[in-house]
Amino acid sequence: MLKSDLTGAATAERLALPRSLIPARRGGVWGDRLYQGMVRAAVLAFVIIVVGIAALLVYAARPALATFGWRFLATADWDPVAEHFGVLPFAYGTLVSSLLAMLLAVPLGIGAAIFLAELAPFWIRSAIAFLVELLAAIPSVVYGLWGIFVLAPLLRRWVEPPLGRWLGFLPLFQGPPYGVGMLAAGVILAIMVVPFIVAVSREVLLAVPNHQREAALALGATRWETTRLAVLRYARSGLLGAVLLGLGRALGETMAVTMVIGNRPEIALSLFAPGYTMASVIANEFTEATSDLYLAALIEVGLLLFVVTVVVNGLARLLVWSVGGAVKEVRE
Amino acid sequence: MSRAAARRATNAAMNVLAALAAVVVILPLVLIFGFLVFQGSTALNVDFFLHLPKPVGEPGGGMANAIAGSLILIGLAALFGLPLGILGGVYLAESRDRRLPWICRFLADVLNGVPSIVIGIFAYTLIVLPLRHFSALAGGVALGVIMLPIILRTTEELVRMVPASLREAALALGLPQWKVILRIVLPTARAGIITGVMVAVARIAGETAPLLFTAFGNRFWHHGLDQPIAALPLQIFAYAISPYDDWHRQAWAGALVLISLVLVMSLLARLATKGLYNRRGNYG
Repeated sequence: MLKSDLTGAATAERLALPRSLIPARRGGVWGDRLYQGMVRAAVLAFVIIVVGIAALLVYAARPALATFGWRFLATADWDPVAEHFGVLPFAYGTLVSSLLAMLLAVPLGIGAAIFLAELAPFWIRSAIAFLVELLAAIPSVVYGLWGIFVLAPLLRRWVEPPLGRWLGFLPLFQGPPYGVGMLAAGVILAIMVVPFIVAVSREVLLAVPNHQREAALALGATRWETTRLAVLRYARSGLLGAVLLGLGRALGETMAVTMVIGNRPEIALSLFAPGYTMASVIANEFTEATSDLYLAALIEVGLLLFVVTVVVNGLARLLVWSVGGAVKEVRE
Repeated sequence: MSRAAARRATNAAMNVLAALAAVVVILPLVLIFGFLVFQGSTALNVDFFLHLPKPVGEPGGGMANAIAGSLILIGLAALFGLPLGILGGVYLAESRDRRLPWICRFLADVLNGVPSIVIGIFAYTLIVLPLRHFSALAGGVALGVIMLPIILRTTEELVRMVPASLREAALALGLPQWKVILRIVLPTARAGIITGVMVAVARIAGETAPLLFTAFGNRFWHHGLDQPIAALPLQIFAYAISPYDDWHRQAWAGALVLISLVLVMSLLARLATKGLYNRRGNYG
């Protein structure tokens, strides 16, 4: 707990000073108590809020939890009229769109981070880092707007037909090119999470101590070999953390995906087909949920999303911190 | 090709690829801003800032209520998130305890990664269900919870950066601890904390998902904090998915206004940090 070691009578006693030497302070004791009480209350409130989010979600999802049990996770049926609810089509959509996004965003993001941390001249570094920050600041709904009116038509006209023509033997690229669908969701998610991956990876790379690089360069390694052997290997758990942070974002991203994925609760193998994600079903149907069970089922979808993102983000944090810790140990 | 030449070639190729990756990452930014300015500016006029939305089919109208609504929601969120975040951040930085601050830091980072729509469900079950209708208050609380971890962590980091010598000097002069915090530590960390606040406001200004079923949206001026309220991102969403060309134009205009707001916040945050670095240099 908080101790005011440096202030007050405790210090005087420890130093065996006569009390008269400690200057009299008006309101010191009461003010300090008030201050301590306030900061402690704030921190306590914060902890209560975080725990409260989890508790309230479980509480509100109870009807669905009781009715469907584990079946909820394994049923592909989402029928509000008959009150059959299963999360599978949405879990599939969330998973596939996020994986697609990571497939595009990870190589690009780590490549850009290597450029920013290892290769680029100084003035370019700060300029690009600033632009990446701007990219991260664009609201989700603006990405969605752009996705509907620019990205989806672009995919429909220029990307999906050639993909279907050349790679159509794969089930992934079959069917009519709608524009909106899983592919559009994956691309917009990739654009949205790449700034996070770049920012965190860049920090992780910058945290790698310079003697790692100097040793490799002194042995005659080229710039790339230095990066690969001395920097990337040293930073790999932190980079994995950066990737997981990006994945956490992608899994929970709502508006932009809702606007471009097509919102059809079916599991289709083709990336051209419309899909649905856990976050978008909540966004679309929450205000329309007429029965208690329907609402509870949607809240259970939210609870699952909460659990998954907490696990992914918790893991990511620990990994990123582990590199920070390792760096500190080396420096000390 | 000799081995050395092959290594040099790989090196050059990887350098080019890394630079290319950086360019590709930046490319969507250019495309998005291009379209926003191009599409948004044609629909933007004075009416947009002064008028209520018109019914379908009637041209013109604006998003005055949504702009006001967004500002009210941000104000409510700040009212809730700022005191809690700053006080909590001071505790995390000043505490000698080892466990609780670590747990809080971890919780803050985890909360920062929780999807905003889940925070929306939290505000819905906490406020909308008991009060039985959508309200500005619920929207404000949802946004406040979203800004809380950002404020908490930046305050903590900045308070931690205040040199111990300043604190010790103040304590040695006989100042009580609360006065040291209030008059010495917080003012020294002020620029950085303001940066954190700006970053948090920029983030919540564009949040849409948690408002869908808390603030709900409203086509008119709002009447009290316990009533549904319009918000700029909600309005953009509703117009973007509508089938009307006129509403699409309004959505672009709204997006341009929203992004300008967010960028001004981000730039201000950056300027504030610049001042901070200079000042920190002086201590060194």
